[in-house]
Amino acid sequence: MPHQGATDQIIATPVQNAPVAFTQDEIGWTPWIKPLAEEELTERHHAGLVEEARAKSPYFRLLARDPEVLEARTRADKDIFFNTRTGLPRAERELAATAASRLNGCIFCASVHSRFASHHSKRKDDIQQLLDDGLGVDLGERWNAIVAASAALTATPSAFDQAHIDRLGAAGLDDLEIADVIHAAAFFNWANRLMLSLGEPTPAR
Amino acid sequence: MSISTPDVIDLLAGVKPGSALDRVRAQRPHTREQAQKSYLALFQPEECGEVSLQERHAVASFVAGLHRQPDVFEFYAASLEDQAGGAWLLEVVKAEIGAAQATGPYGHYPPGPLTAEDQQGPTYRASEASQETLGSRLAAALEHAHLLVFHPRDAGPKALQALLDAGWTTTGIVTLSQLVSFVAFQIRVIAGLAALAAATSRAAA
Repeated sequence: MPHQGATDQIIATPVQNAPVAFTQDEIGWTPWIKPLAEEELTERHHAGLVEEARAKSPYFRLLARDPEVLEARTRADKDIFFNTRTGLPRAERELAATAASRLNGCIFCASVHSRFASHHSKRKDDIQQLLDDGLGVDLGERWNAIVAASAALTATPSAFDQAHIDRLGAAGLDDLEIADVIHAAAFFNWANRLMLSLGEPTPAR
Repeated sequence: MSISTPDVIDLLAGVKPGSALDRVRAQRPHTREQAQKSYLALFQPEECGEVSLQERHAVASFVAGLHRQPDVFEFYAASLEDQAGGAWLLEVVKAEIGAAQATGPYGHYPPGPLTAEDQQGPTYRASEASQETLGSRLAAALEHAHLLVFHPRDAGPKALQALLDAGWTTTGIVTLSQLVSFVAFQIRVIAGLAALAAATSRAAA
């Protein structure tokens, strides 16, 4: 068994005015265990971070403790959300991410991806309604189908079935676009678990 | 070794070479490649570092069992069984899966407007009989995995303290958290694509 050292302890301190509702504001996040310090980062860690800017983030410097996993995860993330030359529009990938985050209860993830969904769709009020009232809101059939599919995939065990695919198809999504919904919702079942269990949201500055 | 490992998502979702879904996946080559690299980084790492291969496969088997995904469970369980002492450990993990079933996501929000959405659900503790075989380190890992799978919004510093108390280091906790969260992602992609594969072959028939 590995020996514990000075960094193997909880560093959490009480967060004042912590966010207690879903919001599109630019809230922050603070870890409960110690990220690597920027000066500790080696070439291997930088490779895991993929982008130099991510070295500023305590979240990514914490995940950099296992750099090989972080690198693959980051590259998957970028392709699932940013590769929009074909397939589902970015706004609707972010909608799926927001729906998964809303259902799992990740206030931080939902804040980031609801902002992206609003920005790319220009439907900020609809996105806010989803945050305020939950996944049962009526956002029009196409978005409703994406939200319902994301929710079914987020349930444990999965409640996703043929009916969700048929509904997405009827709403106009082709197979690639349906696969994009699946990947976006599934990816946030990865991200939500990390964000919820390794730290907590902090108020907007 | 990694070269000979088949694409796990294709294998378990039943994506056949040349099929409609194979062509859909081919349009997201980075997603496909990096999901596989994430799997390899977690289950065939160059160095196991702080988490043994046996621990990795035991936790993944437990997570797949909690998701009631028999094919994914069998996949990880087969690797666990191949390791020294793995067969006996697998029997214990199976018993714990049986005792740990739930339906998620549930859990509590920070006190405030979302309190109305709090949902009660079970908190899993490994049975005393199983703890002897699992050891305190793996028992704590399974308990944490259950939290992440079913009720991640109940996570807090205390859950990480329980891992530290059982001998986990900060870096080990990062790897464990990534592993549970990655398998939660992988299972959802598999479930989603398997349903889509069935739909596309139905349409082609």
